[in-house]
Amino acid sequence: MANYIGQAIKRVEDKRFITGKGKYTDDIVLPGMTYAYMVRSPFAHAKINSIDTSAALAMEGVVAVFTGKDIAESGVNGVPCGWQVNFKNGDTMKEPPHPLLVADKVRHVGDAVAMVIAEDRATAKDAAEAIVVDYEVLEAVVDAAKAVEPDAPLVHDDVPKNMCFDWELGDKAATDAAMASAHHITTLEFTNQRLAPNAIEPRAAIGHYEEANDKYTLYTTSQNPHLTRLLLCAFVLGIPEHKVRVVAPDVGGGFGSKIFHYTEEALVTWASRRLNRPVKWTAERSESFVTDAHGRDHVTRAEMGFDAEGKMVGLRVKTLANLGAYLSTFAPCVPTYLHGTLLQGLYTTPAIHVDVTGVFTHTTPVDAYRGAGRPEATYLLERLVDTAAHEMNMDPAELRFKNFIPPFDGVNQPGYQTQVALQYDSGNYEAVLKRALEMLDYEKVRKEQAEARKNGRLIGIGFSTYIEACGIAPSAVVGALGARAGLYESAQVRVQPTGKVSVYTGSHAHGQGHETTFAQVVADKFGIPMEDVEIVHGDSESVAFGMGTYGSRSLAVGGSAIVKSIEKVIEKGAKIAAHKLEAAVDDLEFAGGKWTVKGTDKSIAFGDVALTAYVPHDYPQGLEPGMDFSSFYDPANFTYPFGCHIAVVEVDPETGKVELKRMVACDDVGNVINPMIVDGQIHGGLAQGIGQALFEEVIYDESGQLVNGSYMDYTMPRADDLPMFETDRTVTPCPHNPLGVKGAGEAGTIGSTPAVVNAVVDALSHLGVRDLEMPLTPERVWRAMNK
Amino acid sequence: MGIPIQVTVNGKTHQHEVDSRLLLVHYLRDVLRLTGTHIGCDTSSCGACTVHVNGLAVKSCTMLAAQADGAEITTIEGLASNGELHPLQEGFREEHGLQCGFCTPGMIMTAAQLLADNPQPTEAEIRHALEGNYCRCTGYHNIVKSIQHAANKLNS
Repeated sequence: MANYIGQAIKRVEDKRFITGKGKYTDDIVLPGMTYAYMVRSPFAHAKINSIDTSAALAMEGVVAVFTGKDIAESGVNGVPCGWQVNFKNGDTMKEPPHPLLVADKVRHVGDAVAMVIAEDRATAKDAAEAIVVDYEVLEAVVDAAKAVEPDAPLVHDDVPKNMCFDWELGDKAATDAAMASAHHITTLEFTNQRLAPNAIEPRAAIGHYEEANDKYTLYTTSQNPHLTRLLLCAFVLGIPEHKVRVVAPDVGGGFGSKIFHYTEEALVTWASRRLNRPVKWTAERSESFVTDAHGRDHVTRAEMGFDAEGKMVGLRVKTLANLGAYLSTFAPCVPTYLHGTLLQGLYTTPAIHVDVTGVFTHTTPVDAYRGAGRPEATYLLERLVDTAAHEMNMDPAELRFKNFIPPFDGVNQPGYQTQVALQYDSGNYEAVLKRALEMLDYEKVRKEQAEARKNGRLIGIGFSTYIEACGIAPSAVVGALGARAGLYESAQVRVQPTGKVSVYTGSHAHGQGHETTFAQVVADKFGIPMEDVEIVHGDSESVAFGMGTYGSRSLAVGGSAIVKSIEKVIEKGAKIAAHKLEAAVDDLEFAGGKWTVKGTDKSIAFGDVALTAYVPHDYPQGLEPGMDFSSFYDPANFTYPFGCHIAVVEVDPETGKVELKRMVACDDVGNVINPMIVDGQIHGGLAQGIGQALFEEVIYDESGQLVNGSYMDYTMPRADDLPMFETDRTVTPCPHNPLGVKGAGEAGTIGSTPAVVNAVVDALSHLGVRDLEMPLTPERVWRAMNK
Repeated sequence: MGIPIQVTVNGKTHQHEVDSRLLLVHYLRDVLRLTGTHIGCDTSSCGACTVHVNGLAVKSCTMLAAQADGAEITTIEGLASNGELHPLQEGFREEHGLQCGFCTPGMIMTAAQLLADNPQPTEAEIRHALEGNYCRCTGYHNIVKSIQHAANKLNS
């Protein structure tokens, strides 16, 4: 029995999804439910002179209309920011309020000014159209570089130059000196463009206040229901936490965009008490585009210095990070501590300095999107390395081998201390590049490329060797860096009297397959069938607490918390087993689902011990009955997955269209519990990373209109845009968590983007093309090659 | 005043008076409470709402409920028969063709149409047939394999 870890077990959650029985937030209908529709600003920046709701209120079926004035008068707060980054001079970052409904001035297209609640969705929408808002349109600024100019319009009157913070990391003097004496410097200036996360399930929330119990339930599309409850109760509505249950049922993808506490969650909760009826809000896709936090949007200048042998001597980076109109929950940490701290990459660069300025603009807030800061760091590093290789006439793989940090396992060799605060846990960077080159058959593909070029065909090969910091994070460390939350995870393991096991985890699955992976771990550790294990998540009433799922942390942090509770069960079980077997605890071993007296055939099964714990007639003296343990796990360090992605592309010389012919990925995510699920995570990540390279970009015009805010206009990869992916792994276990796992959710997205761009530049390098702005649309590529 | 319609959904006949502007997808979800059919966009671009109307895969957000009068409709809930999963449902499970599950019903209903038209499609034909359906989780790799799995099963 049992030996689930490492096996490609089919997912236990699939049955409900393939039969149409998943239960997503919008699927829930409660008795007496009403429907909310938001009136949103069509302007990026405008003063609200007046709002006339009378026509809407007069419509049949309209239950209520609330405006920013109602919200202001009710005394509730706006949604808070969960991370503080200080100015270089020590001043606290600028943190303007983000009200639930705006009363005075709108600051981005989609800013909500009123909420209509009606008996049905269509009536709510009709009534919203009957609300007349008198706006005085003001000049807007959407571009981070323009927002810091002296005469730029201000997003918030009390935030000079629209600067939220300025921040730096690394040794500036040492870096400047290294760059001054460098033999060669490669410089790139580019925009890492704004992206829309676009989980296919739009956000939704249902507030349900029950007067009889004075209790609230919020159903919401969240990656972290407990965090939402904490922010909602303690910071926004000021209601006692024990009066609020937050449920995140099946959630249709998140990619970061469902981490954050959004205004609509608070609004439906607040309104349900006002009306004493359930209130449901479901975003339309066009609303998602203007209200789900966006990702990326960095304007960067990056320089990498080399000595005469091609060894990296210095890295200097300056970035303007567009934060949008308000601070979303974790916005300030993304361009700073999730970006600047990753600039060591896989290389031994001895001097690094990064300077980041966070800027407000009249755009949708920007926050963590799959990878969050690490894709931006990897993009600039890996574009610099391939560009430098071209400039120095070196092979890009060779240049990487020359500069890699040598292998270290974190046990026999210490972790690697970077120049930018982090200490990598374990790594073998040469191995992933070597394996990826084998998978690609590098020499052969280079020959084919040369041959094709003679025939006028444009084939390119692009590399990316990346590292990321996952499994966030040690609470004390992130606290010191400005986090206003701890970043541990909780798990309760309840062994039922019959030996069946219920596990309550604070992690949340929205596609990751926790119900399978976590059950594999539990079943193996107890030596019981997987069918005897259930994984419960997503409900603050059943799960004690949780920090949720983001930053590829579920298995590394949430899984470790489960292991801690499992160990407590086994320790207690041993006492019961010793009593029953009339042996000393030290003489027992636990394996294969039973405790055995070493060297004998005397044993007692897990289920019998569980039953004894609940029917403690013949029981160790002084031992409590029951078999139910909770644990909190606070990691000792981040985890550091790494890998190598190689793209092979062909560019159509007539049209500039890029065909991605091959995508090779060799990733090292530490130990693997379910290789099928890990491969799936890598595939999806690759697709999103390729999407950024080739297709995706949120485009604002100068007045702040989001001009491609629909699925007809915003291009995401479709099935026929992508090849079959070629994936493999090396395994370098994480030395500091009990499962040795590092996390796999973001790896694909982080590594793939620069590989694809590097490949296209490589295909066109002989035509004088040195850099291209993402996304690499046919028009951009064609213009570059025909310059 | 509503428009009277009679539709057969997953073998069961329903009669309702519907608002003239009610979309078929809202009828299925809100009136019949068949919530396996999902809504992912408002421009008929994502395919999450795909169902079969008179044997053809249709995005149910592109059609009014009133237009479905007299139609035979199959949704994801009606695809399995006698407790036996459809080979596509099995294929998606076997090949890990889904993660969050939100696009899955539409993907499966679209793929069912493909296999009805073309029982042994090539990889390129599968990818082309899925052009109207977005998935943000899988990168389509395992969806293609899932459909190949089902095709092989149906042809064996």
